[in-house]
Amino acid sequence: MSRPVTRPRRSGDSHPAPAPGRRAWLEQIMGMPISIHLRGEDLDRVAAQDAVGAAFEVLREMDSVFSTYRDDSDLMRLRRDEVRISGCNPLVEEALRIGQEATVLTRGAFTTLLPTGEGDLAFDPTGLVKGWAVDRASLPLTELERISFCINAGGDLLIGAHREVPTAGPGAIAWRVGVEDPLDRRRVATTMTLTRGAVATSGTAARGAHLYDPRSGQLVGRPGSVTVTGPTLLWADIWATALFVGSEATSEAFATSATDYLSTAL
Amino acid sequence: MRRIVLWAMSTVTVLVLLFSYSTSRGSSAIVAAETRQVTTTSKTSDSTGSSSGSSSASSTDSSGQQPTGDATSDPSATSSDTSDTSGTSSAAKTFAGDAVLTRFGNVQVQITVQSGRITAAEVLQVPWNDRHDQMINSAAVPVYNEETVTAQSAQIDVVSGATYTWEGYTQSLQSAIDQANL
Repeated sequence: MSRPVTRPRRSGDSHPAPAPGRRAWLEQIMGMPISIHLRGEDLDRVAAQDAVGAAFEVLREMDSVFSTYRDDSDLMRLRRDEVRISGCNPLVEEALRIGQEATVLTRGAFTTLLPTGEGDLAFDPTGLVKGWAVDRASLPLTELERISFCINAGGDLLIGAHREVPTAGPGAIAWRVGVEDPLDRRRVATTMTLTRGAVATSGTAARGAHLYDPRSGQLVGRPGSVTVTGPTLLWADIWATALFVGSEATSEAFATSATDYLSTAL
Repeated sequence: MRRIVLWAMSTVTVLVLLFSYSTSRGSSAIVAAETRQVTTTSKTSDSTGSSSGSSSASSTDSSGQQPTGDATSDPSATSSDTSDTSGTSSAAKTFAGDAVLTRFGNVQVQITVQSGRITAAEVLQVPWNDRHDQMINSAAVPVYNEETVTAQSAQIDVVSGATYTWEGYTQSLQSAIDQANL
């Protein structure tokens, strides 16, 4: 299923060895390239490779349950009424619950009921599965002593570290995150530095992409983006999507209920 | 599991330098029609080389003149970006990947290679008319660096941007990389 995008460096070519203390892995899962980056000490240890493998395994499991591209996923079988929700992986019911909670919290600006090609609505938790999957996949990585990690899933990312890696001061491992300029993708509009936390960006590029606004039933095509940072990628991503399409009520809800999260609109 | 050491796809945010790479594939016509931010130059001789190409490519973006990586960057690539006036190794070439048919339409990726490194990746074709616009909401270029992405003189470890999600992207990218013999 996953196909590597890149290949190992060949020895003897002209490239220098990677800077010490960084390694990265990349797989294609959930229809997108997902990379895991490690920084810290002794990155070649077996435990690190095992943890990365376990993280990718979580992502693949989430894909097998929630993929809308795979006819045999629990989600697609549910949508074809081949199985009841009680017969699905318990994650499906949890996704439904999270989606309902998100709809309430965002004042209707986030939904897991999306229009199908046939004009009706179907349960599609795609908008929350990615962030949730990355949050779950990060758990084995937090067990790696003296290591900080970043999971980058198609431009949404989660940074974390072992609990003994300091969050500030000497010994902290900080990641400089560039936020793409939605109007000119060559440029980085702003940067932020994190030692822990999620960064999710939702929006449209200059090339006419869209996000679905559940209240109007329309696709929002205005240019721009919203970036949300906070403890989990699940909720950062949900809020980024909601704030991009949402109204003033959504912004007020964000300010009052998502106090651990910060947003930046571009 | 498959584990992959990443190629440094450095400085995607700078220096988008596309020489018209005339091949039988006729890719340059697609480039002109489809890509943003493209400065197509005619086939440039080695003596004028990348420096003249750089200045024209970056005329709308002064930061494009600063493709210097951090201290770990390949020094040869850095020098070729800025001052190299000799040698064919510094000439940027583009390689268009196969157009990969997904259920929503074709996806095609093109890379720019200079001195053995990918300096830019461009999306030539993407499917826009699909119900998965919530997922597939931009034509972003994935930036995966094991070292650094340098943008506007600030060192960047990772880039957050609107989601680029579609089947076929990496398949097309892989075929472009194959063509470039990287």
